[in-house]
Amino acid sequence: MIKTGYDSLPIIILAGFFTGAVMTVQTSYQLLGGFIPSSTIGAIVSQSLLIELAAVISALVLAGRVGARIATELGTMAVSEQIDALESMGFNSVTFLVIPRICAGMLMFPIIYVAAATAGIGGGILSGLVTGALPPADFLLGARQVFFPWDVTFGLIKAFVFGYVITSISCFKGYYAKGGAEGVGKATTQATVLSCIYVLLADLILAIILL
Amino acid sequence: MIEIKNLTKSFGNILIWENVNLNIEDGETLAIIGKSGSGKSVLMKHINALMNPNQGEVRIDGENIFGMSYAELRNIRQRFGVLFQGAALFDSISAFENVAFPLRYFTDYSESKIRKRVLECLEQVNLGAIGDKSTAALSGGMRKRVGLARAIVLRPDYILYDEPTSGLDPETSNEINDLIELMANELDVLSIVVTHDMHSVLRVADKVAFIDEQKLSWYGTIEEMEASSHQNLNKFIRASEYQISQMR
Repeated sequence: MIKTGYDSLPIIILAGFFTGAVMTVQTSYQLLGGFIPSSTIGAIVSQSLLIELAAVISALVLAGRVGARIATELGTMAVSEQIDALESMGFNSVTFLVIPRICAGMLMFPIIYVAAATAGIGGGILSGLVTGALPPADFLLGARQVFFPWDVTFGLIKAFVFGYVITSISCFKGYYAKGGAEGVGKATTQATVLSCIYVLLADLILAIILL
Repeated sequence: MIEIKNLTKSFGNILIWENVNLNIEDGETLAIIGKSGSGKSVLMKHINALMNPNQGEVRIDGENIFGMSYAELRNIRQRFGVLFQGAALFDSISAFENVAFPLRYFTDYSESKIRKRVLECLEQVNLGAIGDKSTAALSGGMRKRVGLARAIVLRPDYILYDEPTSGLDPETSNEINDLIELMANELDVLSIVVTHDMHSVLRVADKVAFIDEQKLSWYGTIEEMEASSHQNLNKFIRASEYQISQMR
């Protein structure tokens, strides 16, 4: 859980912060000169972060960071017969190696989502202030106007599902890696690419079902 | 006692070997020899059900391991110690912890008893002073010895060795062969050694099984092997002797 969640927090906070900051600047640019109140920028940025960007961007970052790590770890264990060694001692290698990683992903990804969304809103407020696009009070006013608790629940559900998708694909690819260093490299690449594809697919399916 | 009956294995359309029959008595050391890629290690992995055959049985004390439940199989596997080709040490923990690993999960030993047993096993493989070294800091020979210490820590009835001397210098190979002999004599275990190193075979084995042309091509004692007129077996042995004479 520490490797999956806690160690990922710096990159997730960074990604969330810059997403929120850039979105604020770009939304402000798009709405420039209109009769739309500046608090709308806060509304658009915060809602986009809560229902979509915080979960998806952190999942795509974690597909590279956590997914690649899991696939490499298990792949190396598979090709160096460490998984066989576990089985030969009487361990169930799936229970020992795979299930804890999937559980850690499903538990930690929602926490990571909260960190990403918070950092994103913080980044939005700060960039609005620094660029003069909108004052923090307007940002927060807009954010409060469109805040629905369901948006956060939806984001948490997404993060939970993405956690399962990324860790299970990465575990599968790593566990069945074959053929030395090349095989591990191949498994890691496949785990990362497939995780990204299935995250985007799951994102669409969840949006259709739950929204 | 381990009995292998009519064992056949193929990967897809590729036949590895068929109708392998072997009986290995308690206390005996069997060497499985054959060319690289002949399926020696695959055969070894069937003996503790790390792989499943297309057909046939492996019987441990009369019971077919392929018909067992996972819980039964787990108990059988714990009667085996396995030394893998690359030692298969867990690289996320120290050498000491690798040996302690099975004790922590499968016994209710106290910490001091675990320490005592680990040091005892490390002493048996001449690695008493290994301390808490990382596995990355170990040489090839030391890795094999730690692997062997881990294999014997639960006092197994059977020890499987997969290419125990491959990749080692001659002196370290001799030390590993000494250890295999020592384990067989001191612990009175049934040992199966998969190898293509004929030095090792002559040093440690009571009986020899030669895998060739997708079958158990020859089986007998060391004396019978030396007197055998089996063409491919002689060719295999002579190739080893030729390598040694070339070195001289």
